[in-house]
Amino acid sequence: MTTTSDAPKAGFRPSQLIYDTRYRSLTIQVIAFIALMLGLSWLVSNTIANLSALGKDFDFGFLGQRAGYDINQRLIEYDSASTHGRAALVGILNTLLIAVLGCALATVVGVLAGVLRLSKNWLVAKLMAVYVEGFRNIPVLLWILLIFALMTEATPQPRDFREGGDASMILGDTIAITNRGVFIPAPFWGAGAGILLAVFLVSLVAIFFWRRYAHRTQEQTGRILPIGWGTLGLLIVPTAVAFLALGMTSGRVTQPVLATGATEGMTLTDYAASQQTINACAVPFSTESLNLRRLMRSQEIRFNYVAVEDAAGALAALEAGNCNILSLPASVDLATVPAGAVALSDTIRRGMPVEFERPVLGGFNFEGGLQLRNSLIALWLALSLYTGAFIAENVRGGILSVSKGQTEAAYALGIKPSRTMRLVILPQALRVIIPPMISQYLNLTKNSSLAIAVGYMDVRSTLGGITINQTGKELEGMLLLGLFYLVTSLIISSAMNLYNSRVKLKER
Amino acid sequence: MSDTHAQTVSFVRESMIPQSEPPAGNRGAVLWMRENLFSGWFNIITTLISLYVIWWALSHTMPWVIRGIWDASSLTECREIRDATLPEGTSAACWAVLTDRWQQLMFGFYPRELYWRPVLSLIIFLAAIAPVLFPHTPRKALALTAISPFVMFWLLWGGSVWFPVSVALGFVLGWAAWRALAPLAGTLIASIVAAALPIIYWLYTAGPLARELEQAVALSIEYVPSQDFGGFMLSFIIGIAGIILSLPLGILLALGRQSDLFIINKISVGFIEIIRGVPLIVWLFTASLLLNYFLPPGTNFDLMLRVIIMVTLFAAAYIAEVVRGGLAALPKGQYEGADSLGLSYWQSMRLIILPQALKISIPGIVNTFIGLFKDTTLVVFIGLLDPIGLSNAIRASTEWNGIYWELFVFIGLLFFICCFSMSRYSLYLEKKLQRGHN
Repeated sequence: MTTTSDAPKAGFRPSQLIYDTRYRSLTIQVIAFIALMLGLSWLVSNTIANLSALGKDFDFGFLGQRAGYDINQRLIEYDSASTHGRAALVGILNTLLIAVLGCALATVVGVLAGVLRLSKNWLVAKLMAVYVEGFRNIPVLLWILLIFALMTEATPQPRDFREGGDASMILGDTIAITNRGVFIPAPFWGAGAGILLAVFLVSLVAIFFWRRYAHRTQEQTGRILPIGWGTLGLLIVPTAVAFLALGMTSGRVTQPVLATGATEGMTLTDYAASQQTINACAVPFSTESLNLRRLMRSQEIRFNYVAVEDAAGALAALEAGNCNILSLPASVDLATVPAGAVALSDTIRRGMPVEFERPVLGGFNFEGGLQLRNSLIALWLALSLYTGAFIAENVRGGILSVSKGQTEAAYALGIKPSRTMRLVILPQALRVIIPPMISQYLNLTKNSSLAIAVGYMDVRSTLGGITINQTGKELEGMLLLGLFYLVTSLIISSAMNLYNSRVKLKER
Repeated sequence: MSDTHAQTVSFVRESMIPQSEPPAGNRGAVLWMRENLFSGWFNIITTLISLYVIWWALSHTMPWVIRGIWDASSLTECREIRDATLPEGTSAACWAVLTDRWQQLMFGFYPRELYWRPVLSLIIFLAAIAPVLFPHTPRKALALTAISPFVMFWLLWGGSVWFPVSVALGFVLGWAAWRALAPLAGTLIASIVAAALPIIYWLYTAGPLARELEQAVALSIEYVPSQDFGGFMLSFIIGIAGIILSLPLGILLALGRQSDLFIINKISVGFIEIIRGVPLIVWLFTASLLLNYFLPPGTNFDLMLRVIIMVTLFAAAYIAEVVRGGLAALPKGQYEGADSLGLSYWQSMRLIILPQALKISIPGIVNTFIGLFKDTTLVVFIGLLDPIGLSNAIRASTEWNGIYWELFVFIGLLFFICCFSMSRYSLYLEKKLQRGHN
C-alpha cells in the first residue's frame, strides 16, 4: 500500500521500525523470515532426531539397488533384476501414458459434449446435461471402481469365446473384450518400415509448407486454395502409395527358414517331429517373427520364443545353441550362417512394412495381439469421462462467451457459416476455453495417481508404493514422488501461462 | 368511421371477431416438438438416436432396479428369492444390502445407541452455517456460529466437556490480549502477542487446566475413538472441518500472494504452488507415513486428525487461489479509495476489500468445497473407513460377498445429491451476485 508520511525530523529512532510505515514493512518481513527459518529448522531437527532414533539415514542409494518385484505393464525393458530407479522410470512412463491417453480422449469427449449441450435438439442437450452433471457430482474414485468392476465382472471370460460360447469378438474378429483385458491387433514392423515413417514425416512437413503457402496466397491475391482437402490428401496419399509400393516389391520376397540339426530341404513338419523342443529366434515385433509364428501355427507346431536384438544377435544365439530355428532377411549372406544350420523347404514371406496380428484364442487366454489390461482401460475411461465433463462445461462457456453480434456481423459480411465458425467464433472462444482446459489436463494428470484403486502400476505404485515398502525409505521416496508431480505441473502451468500471454487481448 | 362510408360499402363487420387459437400444428406440445425435436432431417435423426440411447440405457437398468429385492439377510438368500419368484434368467438388484447395512454406510462403527450425537451435530452445523449463507438471518446468530465447532467436537468424540472448553479459552485469551494491547502498543505488537499467547497457553496450560477442571466438576459423555468413525459421517467431518479451517488460512495466503512485501509474497506463492502441484493422495500418504518424522520424537496423534490437517492445508491452497481471483476482480479504485480515506492495510481489507472480494468468491469457494467433499473418498487408501472403504468391508463379509452395483449406486446417489444441491446453491449465488451490467 502506498502511504506516505512526513519526513522524519530527527535521525533514525528504533521506534520507527514499528510505527513508521516505511520501515514497518521491513520489520514484518524480517520477523516472517525468522519465523519461517525457525519453523523449518524445527522440522529438520525433528526429522534428523527421528531418523537417527530409527537408525535410518538419508540417501538415495536405494535407487541403484535391485528392485526384485515385477511390473505387469511396462513401456521399457524391465524385470525383477532391474534397479529401483528403473522401476520408478517405468512408473513415470506409465503415469505419462495414462495422462496422454486420458487428455486426448477427455478432449474429444469434452468438446463433443460441450457442443452437443448447446444443440438446438432438446433431447440431445438434456442427455449431455445428464452426462455432465452425473460425472461432475460423483467422486472420480467411484467411477474408476465402477468401470473396473464392469470390466472384470460384467465381461465374458476368454473361454466364452469358444465355439458354442455366448461371446464373440467385435469389429470383424479383431478386438476381444474379456474379463482379463481388451485384446487388440498388434503392429509388426517389416522391411521398409523406416522408409514408410520417413515418407510420413516428409508429408507432415509438406503439409506445413502447403498451409503456409495457401495462407500467403490468400493474403496476397485473395485466391482461396483448398487447405482442408490439400492437407487431407498430403496426409494420406504419399504414405498409402509408399505402403503399397513397398508391399508389392519387398513384401513379396520370400526368405528361407534356417534350422540346426536338419538336412537340406527337409519340411518343417518333419523337422519338428525330429526335434524335442523348438526354440525360435526372432526380433520382437518384426514381420519375420510374425510370419514364422504364423507358419508354425498353421502346422500346429508348439515352440518357444527367444527374443533377440537383430539379425546378428539371432545368428549369435543360434551359434550359442539358445535356439535352433530362425528366419533371416534375404539380404543376409547365407555364408555367415553358422555351420550346421541349413535351409528348410518351407519359406516365409518378408511381409509388408506394417502388418497387424489379430488376437486368437489359445489354450486358456487370447494369444497374440496387444493386451490392454483392465486396470489401464478402467482408469483411462473413468479419468477421461470425468475430466471430459469438466471440459464440456469449459467449452460451452467459451462458445457462449462470444457475443451473438460477432456471428451476425460475419453473416452481414457474407461469410459462410462454416467459415464463420472457423475464423470468427473459434478464435475468440478458444481464448476462453484453453486456459481452464489446460488446468483440467493438470487435474487429470494428478488424478492418475488414483491408479492405486485398480492396481495400475504408475509412479505412485512403483516409487511411492512397493519401493518404499521394500526399502523403508519413506522420506526419500515421497520426496522424489512429490518432486515428479510438482515438476510435471509446473511444466504444464508454465505452458499455460505462455499461451495466456500470447493470446492476451492487447490493451492499453 | 364516417356514416357515408358505411352506406357506400355493402358489408362491413361491426364487431371484432374473438381472437382464435393458432392452428393445431402451431401451438402447444406439437409446436414445441416440431421446433425442438423435429425441425429438420438432421434433427430428426439425432432425436431418434437419442431416443434409442435412452431406451437402451433404461431397458438395461430399470427392470433390474424395479425388480430389486428389499428383504433378505444375505446375497445367497437374495438369489434364492429371485429364482423362486422371477422367471429364470432375469436379473434383480439386491437392495437388501442397504436395508441391512445402511447404518454402517452412514455412521461406520459408531455405537448404535449414540447415533443421535452425529445427527445433532449435523443439525447444529446447519443452524450455525445459516447466518453465513443466507444474509437475512440476524447477525447476532454469528456468535453461535463461533461456538458451534467446539460443541460439535464434543458431541462427536465425547469425553470430558472441559477439553474443548479449555481449547476455546485459548481463542478468548488471544482476543482479549488483542483488545487490551491494540490501543496501548499498536496493532503490530498486539497481533504478535495475540498470536503467541494462545499457542503458549495451548502448549503448557490447556491440558493441565482441563484435567483440573475435570477433577473438580466431572462433566463428560461417553468417549468414542476415531477408529469407530466411518461412512458418510467421516466424509462430512473431514470435508466440513477442512473447509472451515482452511477458509481463514486461505484468505491469509491470498492476501500474502497479493502483498507487496517480497518475503511474504514468496512464502505464499511457494506454499500454494507446492500444495497444488502434488496430488492429494500423495499428501495423504505423507500424513500417514511421514508426519511423525517432522514432529518431536515421541509425538503420536490420531490418524484422522492428521488427515484433517493435511486436507486443511490442501484446501487452503485452492481457496487462496479462488480468493485471489476475487481480490483481482475488484476495480483498482476500491483499493485507492480505501487508501485515500487514510485506512490502514488491515482496516481497508476488513472494511472495504474483503467483504466485496469474498462475496465474489463464494461460488468458487462452494466449488472448492464440492471438490474437497468428493476427494474425501481418497482417505480409503490410508485405512480410514469412508463409504468406499466400508463398501469393501461389506463385500468382504460372508453374507454380502460379491455385491457391487447396489453399493456403488447408493454411494454415488448420496454423493450426487449432496454435490448437486451445493452446485445449484453456487449457481443461485452467482445469479444473485450479478449486479447490473447485463
